[in-house]
Amino acid sequence: MVANKFVLRFTSALVEQPIIYRLVRDFDLVVNILKADINPHKEGYVVLELSGDSDNYNRGLKYLKGVGVDMAPLSGTIFWNKDRCLQCGACTSFCPAGALYMTPDMEVHFDDTKCIICESCLDVCMARAVEVRF
Amino acid sequence: MAVEKSYEEINERIKQGKAVVVTAEEIIDLVKEKGVEKAAREVDVVTTGTFGTMCSSGAFLNFGHSKPRIKMNRAYLNGVPAYAGIAAVDAYIGATALPESDPENRVYPGRFLYGGGHVIEDLVSGKQVKLEAFGYGTDCYPRQHIESWVTLEEINDAILFNPRNAYQNYGVAVNSSNKTIYTYMGVLKPRLGNVSYSTSGQLSPLINDPCYRTTGVGTRIFLGGGTGYVAWHGTQHNPSVSRGENGVPLDGAGTLALIGDLKQMSPEWLRGVSYAGYGASLAVAIGIPIPVLNEDILLSCTVTDEDIYAPVMDYSFAYPQRVSEELGQVSYAELRSGSITIQNKEVPTTPLSSYAKARQIAQILKSWIAEGNFLLTEPVQALPSMDAGITMNNLEEKKNNR
Repeated sequence: MVANKFVLRFTSALVEQPIIYRLVRDFDLVVNILKADINPHKEGYVVLELSGDSDNYNRGLKYLKGVGVDMAPLSGTIFWNKDRCLQCGACTSFCPAGALYMTPDMEVHFDDTKCIICESCLDVCMARAVEVRF
Repeated sequence: MAVEKSYEEINERIKQGKAVVVTAEEIIDLVKEKGVEKAAREVDVVTTGTFGTMCSSGAFLNFGHSKPRIKMNRAYLNGVPAYAGIAAVDAYIGATALPESDPENRVYPGRFLYGGGHVIEDLVSGKQVKLEAFGYGTDCYPRQHIESWVTLEEINDAILFNPRNAYQNYGVAVNSSNKTIYTYMGVLKPRLGNVSYSTSGQLSPLINDPCYRTTGVGTRIFLGGGTGYVAWHGTQHNPSVSRGENGVPLDGAGTLALIGDLKQMSPEWLRGVSYAGYGASLAVAIGIPIPVLNEDILLSCTVTDEDIYAPVMDYSFAYPQRVSEELGQVSYAELRSGSITIQNKEVPTTPLSSYAKARQIAQILKSWIAEGNFLLTEPVQALPSMDAGITMNNLEEKKNNR
């Protein structure tokens, strides 16, 4: 069993093809789309996690390269927008790495060197002050 | 000798730039150091603050008349419906309103990225907001549809009017079920995975004036970065809940209806918020000054987080099913320590309202008063207090008994 996250970039011609469907049907891969921006006749991208048994996984990657999808491993970073942060601290219960933390005087800070990009903070932030950037 | 000061005396000192103003946090140590009587003699005003999500908020807007005229009966701002069942070009944009296209919780948990609170934030940010309105057409208002762009500066009036803000204390939320739940108290992890609490505790306005001795109808306040007023007691104002010896309620009690000119306010202090799985709303900044008229009033302002208790509620069952069942009482000192023990389990605690911002609001209001730019007002009417006999009614399902 192999699982990895990738950023796939599609040219405007590739956008019209049912590529995700092929990955699922022809290679029996589990596809979990994390983020996507696909528009007809335009370039687009998909951030996804691919998992499956290693033979299928490798054949799937080969297929993607074969049709011309530009692939890169996910190297997103979490960006904390200090100005958007409401300083409530709700996120700090959800950050397993202690990257988002509160000081004793109740101020919220972010230490990006501790962040493991698990994305647990994203939906718990009412101010949407944390985002993934690629 | 007992200390007695009047609003007039305090305002005179404010005008002369001589008023002594401290925050509700600073007063604690000051009274410990000097004693109540001396501190009451020296200090004129204590400032409080709170900054959190307050769903019962919104703004009345008047767009001005189009040519030809329209009587709007449906109005949308950036796609978010505003209540238009008032006069022709008046509308009320509520903090929790959602665009009709929002998937809500059909894809659970919904994200609620844009709602009425965000419209209000965009307006105070000076952004252009798309107005679309429909009318059925009348002889005096023939037009049936209009699309335009409006800004806060251009529209005639924008009045923030929040029917329920500044809750005096509030329940603390946990989830005892086996699945994550998405609530207005934030995301709650299963099996008592986290504790979520609200209010700014010892800095919170009505915690420092527990029996509404100085906060009443007409009290001038800091609201959303501008000045506002207490318009009335808020909806669900319930002074009758049980109280500690210090008079501080042991659960959500008093509330305030607030009003102010949206045009004076700032996006730093009025912010659209999105609660996963719950909805959109508005975070509102409020600061209320408390005139030190006597030692009793000052004594109430010395309340500390150790002396404020709130009930722990299970939001997976007791809260949604309206079952009165508490998992115990905890103090704000415990809550702010980062964890509490519930059913022999140590559970991390995090706030939903910002203590750091509450402190900042109290500091801003303090400087406004100290610099002579903000005078205090004596309430024109007191808020209903413990002797008012208020009880909360529940909504029961009934058949027409005619």
